[in-house]
Amino acid sequence: MTYNDKVVKQFVIATILWGIVGMLVGVIIAAQLWMPALNLDIPWLTYGRLRPLHTNAVIFAFGGSGLIGTSLYVVQRTCHVRLISDKLASLVFWGWQIIIVAAAVTLPLGWTQGKEYAELEWPIDILITLVWVAYAVLFFGTIVKRRVSHIYVANWFYGAFILTIALLHIVNNLSMPVEIGKSYSIYTGTVDAMVQWWYGHNAVGFFLTAGFLGMMYYFVPKQAEGPVYSYRLSIVHFWALIAIYMWAGPHHLHYTALPNWVQSLGMIFSLILLAPSWGGMINGIMTLSGAWHKLRTDPVLKFMIVALSFYGMSTFEGPMMSIKTVNALSHYTDWTIGHVHSGALGWVAMMTIGSLYCLIPRLIGEKKMYSIKAIDIHFWTSTIGVVMYITSMWIAGVMQGLMWRAFNDDGTLTYSFVEALAATNPYYVVRLLGGLLFLSGMFFFAWNTWKTLGSKEMKPIPASEPADWGEHA
Amino acid sequence: MLTSFWHWYVVIITVVTILGCFWLLQWTKGVSNRDESEDGAGTTGHVWDEDLVELNNPLPRWWLQLFYITIAFAFIYLILFGGLGNIPGVLNWSQEGQYEAEMQSALEAQEEIFARYREMDNATLIADADANATGQRLFANNCAMCHGSDGRGARGFPNLTDDDWLYGRSYDMVMQAINNGRQGAMPVMVGGLDDAAISDLVVYVQSMSGQKADAAMAARGKKSFDMLCVACHGVDGSGNQALGSPRLNDDIWLYGGEPETIRTTLVEGRNGMMPAFEDVLSEDHRRLIAAYVLSLSE
Repeated sequence: MTYNDKVVKQFVIATILWGIVGMLVGVIIAAQLWMPALNLDIPWLTYGRLRPLHTNAVIFAFGGSGLIGTSLYVVQRTCHVRLISDKLASLVFWGWQIIIVAAAVTLPLGWTQGKEYAELEWPIDILITLVWVAYAVLFFGTIVKRRVSHIYVANWFYGAFILTIALLHIVNNLSMPVEIGKSYSIYTGTVDAMVQWWYGHNAVGFFLTAGFLGMMYYFVPKQAEGPVYSYRLSIVHFWALIAIYMWAGPHHLHYTALPNWVQSLGMIFSLILLAPSWGGMINGIMTLSGAWHKLRTDPVLKFMIVALSFYGMSTFEGPMMSIKTVNALSHYTDWTIGHVHSGALGWVAMMTIGSLYCLIPRLIGEKKMYSIKAIDIHFWTSTIGVVMYITSMWIAGVMQGLMWRAFNDDGTLTYSFVEALAATNPYYVVRLLGGLLFLSGMFFFAWNTWKTLGSKEMKPIPASEPADWGEHA
Repeated sequence: MLTSFWHWYVVIITVVTILGCFWLLQWTKGVSNRDESEDGAGTTGHVWDEDLVELNNPLPRWWLQLFYITIAFAFIYLILFGGLGNIPGVLNWSQEGQYEAEMQSALEAQEEIFARYREMDNATLIADADANATGQRLFANNCAMCHGSDGRGARGFPNLTDDDWLYGRSYDMVMQAINNGRQGAMPVMVGGLDDAAISDLVVYVQSMSGQKADAAMAARGKKSFDMLCVACHGVDGSGNQALGSPRLNDDIWLYGGEPETIRTTLVEGRNGMMPAFEDVLSEDHRRLIAAYVLSLSE
């Protein structure tokens, strides 16, 4: 029996390609915020249409391809079996790519449900549901067929990610279609807002957190060549994380028409979420702790440790921002954008990149990428890029919050909105440069992958025999 | 208010979830280090993919305590601020209450300033530097997006600094515009004219403001003007402030005086709309804005 690595390779290439595309669109809209005329007065290139294209491309095309690809790699190796069906695997890959292309066409055309991170209209939503069900069958079917009794921790997280995204996607997108490109949500008013942010926050929790923790639990010990730090810590932070995340959505709607009691619950559960989130960081960092000396020579591990550090930082920042008093300052400012990117670039992208640097050479039976030097350059462009991005947005966000709330003795606002906007402009330039740096590293990634895989034939890798389970068999 | 079913539903699942976390911590502390006795390495004894193994280190104490602190905080917060369905917090806090209290204290703090303005008559208010400074800031945050931060307007939005006034320059008229808004509708009147006749009319309108124009065309256009436009814009194009219809015999244009723009105005009509601010701003604030606007053209 051999592993199906063809679908993994396809997803790896898609991840890199969509990563470049998604981040490029991010750079374009960052430039537009600095200089709005850069939309060239072309409707398809306006900020309002490109922004959802950017978020969908980086989250679902780049992150999604990375998650599906690595999960299919991990589930085979930790279950010691081939995927249950090559045809289903192929269907999942091409289905997901069709969805991405449909998104890339319809969003610039202006098709949108107006729900953040769920902009895609109903025909694409139905397609997503079908492909997702196929993916779930493929993943869980392989788990069922496993040749070991215990399910490895990475698969718990990938499994939670797959199940919950199905639930979130279906509930939030229930709508009444009126024509091919237009539908109306079945929810109204405050309920609509609450369902949207129940979805939105759990997309962060289960797509961008649980899924990538699954990735972390396989590739960090693999690359560090050491044992996972604590099994019981993984149990407690897994169950606490998935139980508590579900409650945190209302912190996106502080000081709105949402009833006070819902806001209170959203805030306290966001705070309780701090410890379960950090459980994953501790388990990752302590797994690396036996291998500190390898950080000098292995930039792949550097990607992972920095990703875990950003994970810890943004999961501390999140609960703090959910406190109403802090939120009253931070909400609607660029601080939120900085927070999202410390998670999305610092944690999600860097963990994906580190994991893929570990995975790619193994597809051809090797352990190292073509160029270690190029990985190192990629590491530094990414790290410096993220730091420039989030520090500029912190400063800009706090400044905006303070300017918006400043008022004079007569009760009038000290600054008009446009003054706060003008003051933000220099920070938009710094953010743009940070984004450009991060994007530039992706080209080293693509080149290195091409050099590693390009000329080599992929030989089928035989499934490894399960270890002797002894009394646990 | 939640119905009693949903109230108890919320209370129970909230408390069960939080206590569930506490129970999970207690239970996990006891998950045994199963194979410690066998190989002495402290792993769980499972191996995946050749070399993936797990140690079973205890939960870090500082982390455990952090977890307990957040759980304790949650209960304290729920008791003080509410959150368990309909059960109010001990502090009886609500965002509506916070808003009203802050607005009340702000109004009290500002009362001295506004009491002085209230005693002033309109002319004094228009001339008062402090009143204008406040009015300018209110204008910047409520009016500038259409009329410009300097009040000079934009295409379709009147310039407030010149001496051309659609409804007349007086405190009462400006206040009326702020309070109730304005509908600046020009209907399409040229439906019965052919293309050449419309071109003639455009030329005549141009000629009224002193622009160079073909005399023959203008003469033909005048006939259409006298028939279709005079009711609002007057025989000589002086406009009518009672209707808010613009003066055409000067060089000030709301939408533009180029032939193409005049043509668009004629063929499509215009619909200007200024929103009403009576329910948005207090009377004190509206008065100060009116005074500031009038001060711009003093």
